Amino acid sequence: MSSTPEISIAAKRLRKSYGDKVVLDGIDLTVRAGTIFSLLGPNGAGKTTTVQILSTLIRPDGGTARVEGHDLGRAPDAVRTAIGVTGQFAAVDRLLTGEENLLLMADLHHLDRARGRRRTAELLERFDLVEAAKRLPATYSGGMRRRLDLAMTLVGSPQLIFLDEPTTGLDPRSRQTMWEIIRELADSGVTIFLTTQYLEEADQLANRIAVLHNGKLAAEGGPDELKRLIPGGHVRLRFADEHALLAAMRLLGHSVRGEDGLSLRVPSDCRVRSLRMLLDELDDAGVEAEEFSVNTPDLNDVFFALTDSKREVLSA
Amino acid sequence: MRDSIHDSVTMLRRNLLHARRYPSMTISTVAMPVLMLLLFVGVFGGALGTGIGGASYIGSYVDYVAPGIILMAATSGSVATAVSVSVDMTEGIVNRFRTMAISRSSVLTGHVIGGVIQTMVSIALVVGVALLMGFRPTAGPLDWLGAFGLLLAMTFAMTWLAAAFGLVSKGPESASNAPMPLMFLPMLGSGFVPPERMPGAVRWFAEHQPFTPIIETLRGLLMGTPLVGGTGALALGWCALIALIGFLWARRAFSRAVAR
Repeated sequence: MSSTPEISIAAKRLRKSYGDKVVLDGIDLTVRAGTIFSLLGPNGAGKTTTVQILSTLIRPDGGTARVEGHDLGRAPDAVRTAIGVTGQFAAVDRLLTGEENLLLMADLHHLDRARGRRRTAELLERFDLVEAAKRLPATYSGGMRRRLDLAMTLVGSPQLIFLDEPTTGLDPRSRQTMWEIIRELADSGVTIFLTTQYLEEADQLANRIAVLHNGKLAAEGGPDELKRLIPGGHVRLRFADEHALLAAMRLLGHSVRGEDGLSLRVPSDCRVRSLRMLLDELDDAGVEAEEFSVNTPDLNDVFFALTDSKREVLSA
Repeated sequence: MRDSIHDSVTMLRRNLLHARRYPSMTISTVAMPVLMLLLFVGVFGGALGTGIGGASYIGSYVDYVAPGIILMAATSGSVATAVSVSVDMTEGIVNRFRTMAISRSSVLTGHVIGGVIQTMVSIALVVGVALLMGFRPTAGPLDWLGAFGLLLAMTFAMTWLAAAFGLVSKGPESASNAPMPLMFLPMLGSGFVPPERMPGAVRWFAEHQPFTPIIETLRGLLMGTPLVGGTGALALGWCALIALIGFLWARRAFSRAVAR
């Protein structure tokens, strides 16, 4: 138990069906210890089912997996001592205060009273819940409840944490906070298995991303590898007259003229830096655009790309 | 084994904290038998007492009906367990427990022991109200101990059954309804009137249903009424059977509910 294996999760040919519906159709996963691995996919792709299998909540119909060095089927309790799970719906006790929830976890992890109190105080502090400690979760905001949920998961100091859509339904500010927390956790050496339906989230956080589509892995790779599979984002510029348009075309090189004759589609990774460079370039040349819009590739683009073009699977 | 006791105690503490924080459930489970007591002794008592007087029982009606209503408190108390188990299952917290290395059974054990403690407190309150209303048991200390033991066995059995109801019901509302029919079983037994005064089929049912020997035994212990031989054993047998069914059903429903 004390040895930390280099591979946190090694799953082979995981399968799960509910009646006629195949939810997971034989997926292989390898997650290296100390990294953030993101399983990306739309609702119903099988993300939660994967988390449920790997966290011992349900048994797969087929396939095997080792989690933190323990066989999922044969030693589920050994797996449980090494993992922590924070699901999509806050798993907090609504009739206990935030503090009592954490103390309950401390008791269940068999921490002695003094250590349990210390750990609780530490986590309340770290997750900015000190003021809310004596209140029931019903009075919490969505972000606070999610933080409490994660704090409860951390009481037992797990080596591997499953985060099932940790930011779904959160406002942008709470999402940022959650991202910072996840990064800090990863920095402290914890392995993180993150599911999300936001490409941006996976891109921001993950070392490695696997795209789940219809129960199969449509692609897997680092964020940059994956983005190369996506038909690019682009910037759309609209000009007052043809003169400006032609000037911009000469300036920017590979751009495509739009159907209305006065707009340009310029491929871009849509990052702030490159957008600023593009605008500066136009500015310096004295070319003025009337309209400017950014079209980032979203998950739909990824899926269209991956499912239309015969599933170009990157080797892991 | 030590871990599983440790975890069960933790879960028990959690459930007792719930009961303290959310007392309306406990209050309503006590209110029901107390209302029955007020209704049947204060309102119908005169008429019913006269009717019964002619049959096998001589004495005031409160002495006849109190054991049945005390038993109702055991059933009524189990509603709280059905609801709290059901609430747990509809929320994410049970899934969290299941991904932790804790003894699985501790979740249910905590609910059941917590439920038994709460119900025994309710029963004590109902006994208190009955005494205030003129209930005059003739029991000696040993009889009281026996009555306590019987009520404990009955409560234990009903609480396991209620836990199973809570697990199989769709939500807290239906969980709170599930034990209702059981609450009225004492009426179709010897709880409120002697079965020999009931019509044919109802009488047969009243004489053979589990609550009748339990009520008779309780009445025998508290009021010293004569018992047909073997009634006490039959009462304990029913408690054991209900407890076993409830336990096995709950255990099965629990592993099924969590293995979706």
